[in-house]
Amino acid sequence: MEENLVKTCLHDRHVKQGALMSPFGGFDMPIQYVGITEEHNAVRNNVGVFDVSHMGEVRVKGPDAYKFVSHIFVNDVTGAPDGQIFYGMMCYENGGTVDDLLVYKVNDEEYFLVINASNIAKDVEWIKKNAEGFNVTIEDQSPYYGEVAIQGPKAEETVENVLGIPVKDIPFYNFKTFDIDGEEVIVSRTGYTGEDGFEVYGSHDYIRRVWDKLMEAGVQACGLGCRDTLRFEVGLPLYGDELAADITPIEASLSMFVKLDKPEFIGKEALAKQKAEGVKRRIVGIELEGSAVPRHGYPVEVNGEKVGEITTGYKSISTGKSVAMAMMDKPYDKLGTEVEVRIRKKTFPGKVVKKRFYDKNYKK
Amino acid sequence: MSKVLDNLRYADSHEWVKVEGDIATVGITDYAQHALGSIVYVDMPEVGDEVTAGEEFGAVESVKAASDLISPVSGEVVEINEALEDEPELINKDAFENWIMKVRLSDAGEVDALLDAAAYAKLCEE
Repeated sequence: MEENLVKTCLHDRHVKQGALMSPFGGFDMPIQYVGITEEHNAVRNNVGVFDVSHMGEVRVKGPDAYKFVSHIFVNDVTGAPDGQIFYGMMCYENGGTVDDLLVYKVNDEEYFLVINASNIAKDVEWIKKNAEGFNVTIEDQSPYYGEVAIQGPKAEETVENVLGIPVKDIPFYNFKTFDIDGEEVIVSRTGYTGEDGFEVYGSHDYIRRVWDKLMEAGVQACGLGCRDTLRFEVGLPLYGDELAADITPIEASLSMFVKLDKPEFIGKEALAKQKAEGVKRRIVGIELEGSAVPRHGYPVEVNGEKVGEITTGYKSISTGKSVAMAMMDKPYDKLGTEVEVRIRKKTFPGKVVKKRFYDKNYKK
Repeated sequence: MSKVLDNLRYADSHEWVKVEGDIATVGITDYAQHALGSIVYVDMPEVGDEVTAGEEFGAVESVKAASDLISPVSGEVVEINEALEDEPELINKDAFENWIMKVRLSDAGEVDALLDAAAYAKLCEE
């Protein structure tokens, strides 16, 4: 069956710029323009721009919006000022993860949810199904919005000078809406790279103009290849690798986003039980001694027996070390545990480390 | 446009072979290194290993993916390029200069079945 890939509003730009294109989450997306390493380093040391128009956007509005978001989201938005953003997950009753997402608080009666491209249909169905009995309207605005992420130490001056949007005063994990060319544009200080940066949401036409201005200014276009190496180095999860329907946020070592002191949310009971009893497995970091590259699905062994599996692995571009995130059975998740990673026919020695291989550089 | 050297033979899986006496030097082509992008690791056989024409003898890892190396010839590995252990990116700099293994041929006739430069260049254009 021919795969019917969706094109983002910037697709023609990517093709014209000679990007290597590949399917991702049902979209035909750019993987790299000049090379993963060059693009990765542009974001770590300077600035780069990503087309992230494939991300989904859902607007929740109505008198019960706060109550409803609290019901489906594991993090706690209570008492937040308008303009604040929360990272967290939606979970099933059994604690498995529906998706990880950002929740933008517009006000007590309006929230803007940003979800993963590959999960849009599933999430929207889940959100609508669980909205029964709440006085809210749910609108999937994914087809309307284009989105770019401008990331790196020079992101702020780039957005200010090239795009002319005053973002200096937006704190980390906050957003503002601007009236630009007669439309509402959302700009947040967020990202998925471990660097300072902004995400800009607007109409397809507006996002195309933003992209063209950034290209004219010589900002490096970045593909999903380095988006993955960047998020991986700072230990951020990717749904499908570190999170899934059969992986809870506790197992993914993301308990800090699960607020069990909230009165209620979907999955609370299962997650509280798991937290109290302790998980049987969890996501940790692994560092290899050599420079073989551990990749998703490779087994992790102790004394010849499989005790875990790689979820994401790279030879880290920023540090040069071969490192991975892995789902490890207890008690092999302990820091310092000596393991062997099976790569093709050989095994390579390594040890369990913290799953942050590179320090984040956020502007807080 | 990728470089193809006239005096070598080629496999359609993008390895090159240079024969001197009964020793074949094997590497990957310029086309292959270009398609892979930044090479971060070369999984090489060990000296003394037997390799078989058409079968995997190791792998080249780029940032994004691992690609099997397919041996164009059969025989015993007599030398590996140890410089690649510390500097796999040498292959990106010059794929023909930076060979991967040397094999003592068990069947020199296998080389005749490989592509010549003109045929390989044509394959890369397709």
